[in-house]
Amino acid sequence: MERIGPGSVIDGFTLQSKFAKGGMGALWNATKEGIDYPLVLKMPFLDPGQDVSTIVGFEIEEMILKRLTGPHVPKFAGSGDLSATPYIAMELVRGENLETYLSKAPLPVAELKRIAIDISTAIGALHRQKVIHLDLKPENIFLTTRGAVLIDYGLARHLALPDLLAEESSVPMGTPAYISPEQVVGHRNSTASDIFSLGCILYELATAEKPFGEPGTEAGMRRRLFQSPTPPRDITPDLPRWFQEVIQKCMEVDPARRYADTGQLLFDLNNPDQVVIKERKPKKAAGFLAKVTQFFSKEKAEAFALPSLSTAKNSNDTTVIMVAVDLADGADPLAQTVRSEAARILWTAPSAKLACFTVLKTRLIGEDQSVGEDGKSAYVNRLVQLKDWAQPYELPEDLISYHVIEALDPAQAILDFASRNDVGHIVIGARGSSALRRHLGSVSAKVVAESLCSCTVIRLRKEEHEAMNREQQEVSLP
Amino acid sequence: MRIAFLTDIHGNLEALNATLLAVRGGGFDQIVILGDLVGYGPDPIAIVETVGALVGEGAICIKGNHDAAACATSSGMSENARIAADWTRDQLHAPHLDFLSALPMSVTQDDRLYVHASARSPEKWPYIRSADAAAECLAATDTRLIFVGHTHIPVVFHGLPGKPPSTFIPAANVEMPISSLRRAVTVVGSVGQPRDGIAAACYGVFDTGQRTITMKRVPYDHSQTAEKIRRAGLPFWLGDRLAFGK
Repeated sequence: MERIGPGSVIDGFTLQSKFAKGGMGALWNATKEGIDYPLVLKMPFLDPGQDVSTIVGFEIEEMILKRLTGPHVPKFAGSGDLSATPYIAMELVRGENLETYLSKAPLPVAELKRIAIDISTAIGALHRQKVIHLDLKPENIFLTTRGAVLIDYGLARHLALPDLLAEESSVPMGTPAYISPEQVVGHRNSTASDIFSLGCILYELATAEKPFGEPGTEAGMRRRLFQSPTPPRDITPDLPRWFQEVIQKCMEVDPARRYADTGQLLFDLNNPDQVVIKERKPKKAAGFLAKVTQFFSKEKAEAFALPSLSTAKNSNDTTVIMVAVDLADGADPLAQTVRSEAARILWTAPSAKLACFTVLKTRLIGEDQSVGEDGKSAYVNRLVQLKDWAQPYELPEDLISYHVIEALDPAQAILDFASRNDVGHIVIGARGSSALRRHLGSVSAKVVAESLCSCTVIRLRKEEHEAMNREQQEVSLP
Repeated sequence: MRIAFLTDIHGNLEALNATLLAVRGGGFDQIVILGDLVGYGPDPIAIVETVGALVGEGAICIKGNHDAAACATSSGMSENARIAADWTRDQLHAPHLDFLSALPMSVTQDDRLYVHASARSPEKWPYIRSADAAAECLAATDTRLIFVGHTHIPVVFHGLPGKPPSTFIPAANVEMPISSLRRAVTVVGSVGQPRDGIAAACYGVFDTGQRTITMKRVPYDHSQTAEKIRRAGLPFWLGDRLAFGK
């Protein structure tokens, strides 16, 4: 191959200037006719003596980047035959690198929350394409006008494709400050690993400290298998408890105890008042007993937590299920059927979170009767009603949440909530299909037509519906 | 260039017809049949004639152990296979047997070797069921990619040259990339008697430009094949297994 320099043309890509060079290869600014976004060409050194992991990392990035789409990844523009002229051409991402935020840490919670939502959304988009990044760290994250963009897929894993790194190396592959415990012991198949790394990043943004420092040895990296870091609020006391909880839940040693997916993480980030604060044992104590306990918990970590990795959730299962119930007439037969049908759906997704949702129709100003006879606001009454309706689910409190929303347009309120919280499945009841209702438009019809996720509409059979109507008429008679 | 690999048809006309329907609509530049046209199944004549026509149109066809057995003896086979091989030999006429016996043991095309069992002692029909067997196969040839059949279980053994290969079981219809740096033994799943627990017929695809390998699956009416097997007086199990892909 002839010498590469500014002005060289490779498969139509014209090299402009070299802007970075490392042990693995060089990065070039480039242009190509017909491509209107800025380009970067990654050109590895694939010398015969080159370390195998460099070659494999390049193969992986080429394999995965070309299969990814959407705003949260750099656009793939082309690649060269690895055995002839190896290169990957991709969009040069313009935006703020997350590293620039580290010097400003600890960040205020509003900013932490915004950044966390952006990155979680980007990770979720990756996971939905069956890709796990496995090397999330500030320098691989850009905050841009189109949301967070994740770069560098050299350690990534596509769950439907061969894991080219799996058998190439026995040393942990990742960045010591952010690598997940399961990666330290060589597991590369869990989307939960990215959630752990995000937890480390948020920890650092919230405290200005790396949770595990920057261990230089494998033994140092293994410490995170049995030792949790200093709670963030011990370093930044004004960090809200809920945000500390979010960080700690991302950083659970056992992947099964982390957020089941970015959907549940986004849910907590969007609904801080619904975050359940868990008691966590203090990090470590001095003394013999503590050492014994630690030893035991290390054993336990290796014996129990890690084997569970293989069964850790990895699918694209729905993990936030929203059940929208109309309680204006109390827990009527339709509301009861909605409850039992939602229970069936929940049964098929045991780790899913259930968001119970009801709309309190607001009246026009001046007609407000929000305070009832017993002095309680209609809102509180409805919340009590909703919790009572949901009581038979008997779900642990971190897997259920309650939302009473005041709105004029119930369907729109349901749709807004679902899209904001990355809901994967909406369960909603439908009243009968009278001509009048068809004319006015039903709530469920609008939800089904416009929602971006699966919807299940629950209807009573004709006789059940008629019986319900009769009952309600009798009740309303004086 | 897009290449379709069909192997281990084993006298199953329903599976072959369904597969060819998919292949003909798939825009392929080359069809390669990796052997075992006959044996086990009830339609050896129709299969040999169909494949013969394909070869006339430019398809490549390799000899499998059941094709060899139909022309010679059935020694060294399991009981069901031997009964079926003897039955098959009785069915076929001289031109069919001539066609089978004239099939080559292997063909090399560009950087690819096509062989029924393994590049290592192909005439002994070893099974490539492990990365070790794949490594032996890779060591026996200097072609970069080897395509085989024989085990009825689709799997790709791939690795950088000089490194022990890794095992990958591609999901049905998902393209698996194989970079130009790698060597690989691709074991294509069976058209006529899948044994990987999936009843649908399997054929392999290699796209030389994209460098992707895909195991495609085609559902077919296996109950009809099983019925023919029973009527032909062949062992019932040879028909029953088709429903389970075992």
